[in-house]
Amino acid sequence: MAPLLDLRDLKVYFPVSRGVIFRRHVGIVRAVDGVSFAIAPGETLGLVGESGCGKSTVARAILRLVSPTAGEILWDGEDLARAPAAVMRRRRRDLQMIFQDPYASLNPRMTVGDIVAEPLKTFRLAQGKALKEEVQRLMHLVGLNPRYIRRYPHEFSGGQRQRIGIARALALRPRLIVADEPVSALDVSIQAQILNLLMDLRQQFGLTYLFISHDLAVVRHVSNRIAVMYLGKIMEIAEADEIMAQPLHPYTQVLLSAVPIPDPVAERERRRIVAKGDLPSPLNPPAGCPFHTRCPFVMPHCKTTEPPLKEYNAAHLVACHLMELPREQLPSAYVDVRVTPAHV
Amino acid sequence: MTREAYWVLVWRQFCKHKLALAGLAVIGVMAIMAVLAAWVGRYSPTAYDLEAMLQPPSPAHWFGTDELGRDVWARMVHGTRVSLQIGFVAVGIYVAVGILLGALAGYYGGWVDLWISRLIEVMYCFPTFFLILAVLAFVGPSIYNIMIVIGLTSWPGIARLVRGEFLKLRSQDFVQASIAAGAGDIRVMFRHLLPNALAPVLVSATFGVASAILVESSLSYLGFGVPPYVPTWGSILSQAQEFMDIAWWLTLSPGLAIFITITAFNLVGEGLRDAIDPRLRV
Repeated sequence: MAPLLDLRDLKVYFPVSRGVIFRRHVGIVRAVDGVSFAIAPGETLGLVGESGCGKSTVARAILRLVSPTAGEILWDGEDLARAPAAVMRRRRRDLQMIFQDPYASLNPRMTVGDIVAEPLKTFRLAQGKALKEEVQRLMHLVGLNPRYIRRYPHEFSGGQRQRIGIARALALRPRLIVADEPVSALDVSIQAQILNLLMDLRQQFGLTYLFISHDLAVVRHVSNRIAVMYLGKIMEIAEADEIMAQPLHPYTQVLLSAVPIPDPVAERERRRIVAKGDLPSPLNPPAGCPFHTRCPFVMPHCKTTEPPLKEYNAAHLVACHLMELPREQLPSAYVDVRVTPAHV
Repeated sequence: MTREAYWVLVWRQFCKHKLALAGLAVIGVMAIMAVLAAWVGRYSPTAYDLEAMLQPPSPAHWFGTDELGRDVWARMVHGTRVSLQIGFVAVGIYVAVGILLGALAGYYGGWVDLWISRLIEVMYCFPTFFLILAVLAFVGPSIYNIMIVIGLTSWPGIARLVRGEFLKLRSQDFVQASIAAGAGDIRVMFRHLLPNALAPVLVSATFGVASAILVESSLSYLGFGVPPYVPTWGSILSQAQEFMDIAWWLTLSPGLAIFITITAFNLVGEGLRDAIDPRLRV
C-alpha cells in the first residue's frame, strides 16, 4: 500500500549565533539529520529515543511548526516541506498533533469549549448551535463530561487536560495524529487510560499515529512498527515484535535493558547492556557512528565511518557496523542479548 | 475548584489590597464629578464676578474665588474632567500604538522586530517631556493636541512590554497547537497571545494615566498646555502663583488634587500589579 506519510532524508538544523550587534555563527544544531521513514494508512509508528535526540523536532517539522532545512515530507505524494503557506493551511485539516505537556498546550484564558471549537472555527466547519453540539460530542467521545464546556483548563486534572487536547486534535477528523509524548507528563495510573483512549479512537476512526515517546514499554504497547532515534538519526526500524525479540542495534539493546521486567528473579538474573556516559551535544556530534562514544561494542572503524541504515531483512533496517561481521566474530554479550530478550 | 475566570481571581486579589481599593474609590468619585461637572460645580467655571475677587473659602464659594472672581471649586471640578480625559485618552492612544508595534515585533521577529526595536530605542533616547514641549510649540496648545502628542510619544514602554510577552508566549505549546489547527496570524495574535499579555499592559497603563495627568499639569503650569480660559489643574496652579502670598487656597486646591489623583492611580496600579503576580495564581 502507498504510504500516507513518507519522510525522505529530512533535516532540521538550527543555527546558533552569539552577540547582538555583530552576530556570528557559533555553530549548527543538527536536531534532525537525515531521517527517512514511511507510515502506511492505519498504522502506528512508534518513535523512541532519549531526550534531546530530535523526536519532537521531527513531529514539529511534519506539521511545519518548524521549517525543515532539507528533505521531503511526502503526504499522499505531495511534498509538504516546500508547500506554500496557503496549501499547508488546507493540509492541516488532515494532520493534527497531541502535545506532551497538558498544562502548556491549553490556553489558560480560553474555556474548554472554545479550545475544542477553535479548529472547527478556523476551517469554518460549524457555527452557532451546530458548533456547540459538535464540541459536546467531541468531549463525550474522549470521556469528558460535556457539561464542563464553559470551564477553564486550570479546573481540570492532568489526565482530563490531555483529553481536552485529544478532543481538539480530533475535531477536524484528521487522518494522521502526531502524538508527541502524550502520556509522559501523566501519572502512571492515568497513562494507561489515555493510551487506551488513543487506541479506541484509532480503531473507531481508522487513525494513523506517529507515536513519540522515550518509554519503550509504552511505545511497544501501542505501535505496529518502532523506529529508534539517536542524535537526529534513525538507528533501527522494524516491526514492534521483531525489534523486541531481536534488537540488532546496541542502542536499542540499551533501551530494552532499561525496561524493568515484572518478575524479580528474571530481573535479577538478566544481563544488562548499559551505555557509557551522556548524550553528546548535537552542536558537536561525534564523527563516524553517532553512538560510538557510548557503545559497549565499539570497534575502531566506528569512530571514522558512519554506518548506513541497511536492510537486515526486508522489514528490519539497522545502522550498525556489527551487521557486517560474520556471526562467529560478534561479541558474546551482544549475541546473548540479541537472542534472549523476549521478556518485555 | 470552583468555576471562575482569571479576572475574577485578579479582582479577589485586588480586593485584599485596602489602599488600592481606596485609590479606586477616589478615582470613581472623580470620574463621577467629571461627568456631572455642570451640576457638581454649582457655578460656571468661566463666569466673572468682579465684586467677589480673591475671596477665601466660604459657604458661598467652597474653595474661594480667584483674581477674576471665578469660583475655584467650579474650576477644579471642570479641571477634573479635562485631566481625566487627557489621562485616559492619551494612554488609550499610546497603549494602542504600543500593543500594535510590540505585537508585530514580537510575533514576526526578524527584520520587523529589528526595525521596531531600533525605533523603540530611538524614542527612548528623547527626553519625553521636552519632546512634548517642542512638538506643542509647533502645533499650538489645546487639550486634543496634548492628548495626541502624549499618545504618540509615550508608547515605547508598552511596545517593549508587549514585544517581550509575545516573544515569550509565541513558543508556548498552546500557540503552536493553534497554528497546527489552522489559525491565521491575526487569530493567533489576538485570541491567544494578546489576552495572555494584557495584564502587565493594564498595570503599566494605570501608572501611565497618572503620569499623563502630571505631564498635562506641568505643561499647563508652564503655559504650553491649554489656552488660559480652559480650567485645568495645571492652569489654575499657574495663574495662582502670582497671588501665592495673599490667596493660599488658589494653590492648595489644584496642588492637592494633583497629589491625590496621582497617588490614587499609583495605588491602583500597584494593587493590580500585586494581583496579577503569577505566584498568586491558583
